[in-house]
Amino acid sequence: MRLFRHELRGELLLYVRSRELAFFTFLLPMVFFVLLGSTYRHDRIKSEGNVHATNFLLAGMIGYGAIAIAFAGLAIVLVIRRESGVLKRLRATPLPAPAYIAALLTAFLAAFAVEVLALLVLGRLLFGIAFPGQPLSLVLTLLLGAVCFCGLGVAIGSLIRSAEGASAAVNAIYLPAAFLAGAFFSPHSFPAVLRWIADVLPLTYFLRIVRGIMLHGQPIWSYPGSIAALLAWGLVGLVVALRYFHWEPREQ
Amino acid sequence: MASVSVRDLRKSYGDLEAVRGVSFEIESGEVFGLLGPNGAGKTTTVEILEGYRERDAGEVEVLGVDPAEAGGEWRERIGVVLQSSAMYQTLTVTESLRLFAGYYSSPRPVDEVVELIGLADKRDVLVRRLSGGQKRRLDLGLGLIGDPELIFLDEPTTGFDPHARRQAWETLSSLRSLGKTILLTTHYLDEAEHLADRVAVLAQGAVVAAGPPSELIGGTPATEIRYRENGREVTLETDRPTEVLHELTSKAVAENRELEGLVVTRPTLEDVYLELTRESE
Repeated sequence: MRLFRHELRGELLLYVRSRELAFFTFLLPMVFFVLLGSTYRHDRIKSEGNVHATNFLLAGMIGYGAIAIAFAGLAIVLVIRRESGVLKRLRATPLPAPAYIAALLTAFLAAFAVEVLALLVLGRLLFGIAFPGQPLSLVLTLLLGAVCFCGLGVAIGSLIRSAEGASAAVNAIYLPAAFLAGAFFSPHSFPAVLRWIADVLPLTYFLRIVRGIMLHGQPIWSYPGSIAALLAWGLVGLVVALRYFHWEPREQ
Repeated sequence: MASVSVRDLRKSYGDLEAVRGVSFEIESGEVFGLLGPNGAGKTTTVEILEGYRERDAGEVEVLGVDPAEAGGEWRERIGVVLQSSAMYQTLTVTESLRLFAGYYSSPRPVDEVVELIGLADKRDVLVRRLSGGQKRRLDLGLGLIGDPELIFLDEPTTGFDPHARRQAWETLSSLRSLGKTILLTTHYLDEAEHLADRVAVLAQGAVVAAGPPSELIGGTPATEIRYRENGREVTLETDRPTEVLHELTSKAVAENRELEGLVVTRPTLEDVYLELTRESE
């Protein structure tokens, strides 16, 4: 436990120091929220039950933040640490692997928690969006989603072979996924092919629950199918991560 | 007491036999050099001792423990400096040392290590702004921060300029005076000659020679005598250099002739090494 707390402090410092993480995964969802929100601030979305576009976007940006931080950020950090030999070096210290991984994931979950709070406060200040009414359901959903995306992040990081290609490969996955799952726009207007793809993506199900809670005041339990889909994806991530995770550089 | 004992160690990767029956012992407080060309099995051997790789056969004890089954307590007592500098680029020198110090139950004080590795004036500089040599010294510092009994150094000065290498040697010599046991792999012969109490030369996965550097050199006969005669280079090899030189020079003096470009060289560890590693090819 002492080692976990020590490593967590280290991981938080490393997170704050990393410019790539700070900008691409942490600030970008807020930037998009402010820009797009300002553009559509007077609009309503008929296909989504005539909700305010900004409210719809806020939930979308929480989903975008979740995959940007827990999936993309975590995957890139893991590949860089593995290929630079940091993970290998850590294996030679008395720091136990479970304490290390727990601290790393906790740091990314903490970053996501701050991200969500910042988005909620921005929404309130800029667009007058009230804080969501089902806080417990929301927290549970965010935790479920973030853990699922962390699992997938570790999995994809384990599959990527080189540090040079890490950002490109991760961006090629999570940016289209965010778009298709409807983080930015309502997917109702998408062509059928794209909607079929969207129906597979875990972010689709995460957003379905988050929007249900934030836009319609539904509790998390109203979405058992979506919960199951997220759990299934998290399990896929876990299995792939356990099978392909390496402490040592793969390019040697 | 032996810190490290290796008996008939074997390891293959597919069809390639990387290590073929290697044996050696390292006494506590000794600096032991593992020499050999690339692909000789140095890194494989060391990584088995560090607990990174599993061996196929043989017996290995490091600080009285089989590294394949070692846990956190054992890792408290070893320090590992890998071939490539692996650290967080966005932390400062002291932040890096403090982070790693926290992994050990009784680490060396961070300030002391900063002094030891000669980075006192760079203590608050980010790792990514350090020069290659400075990064390597921090690497060494991270290997020492847990105050280990046994330190593995895999090619600690590869890529250094001569000045930086001398500095690193001084640091390593000061570790010896702290009573640390050191296993050093290198392909710089002068480094082994300078630092190691004993060396083992590996070639194609087997130990081809072992002993103190001076003995390895002493064990080979020839002193080389070279000079030019009528524009022709003459090279003599002898294990009785005094006698041969006396004959040569008295003859030349009698004939009132100069032995042009006269050079007498003792074999270095390098000659011995080249001889040994050539034979095994």
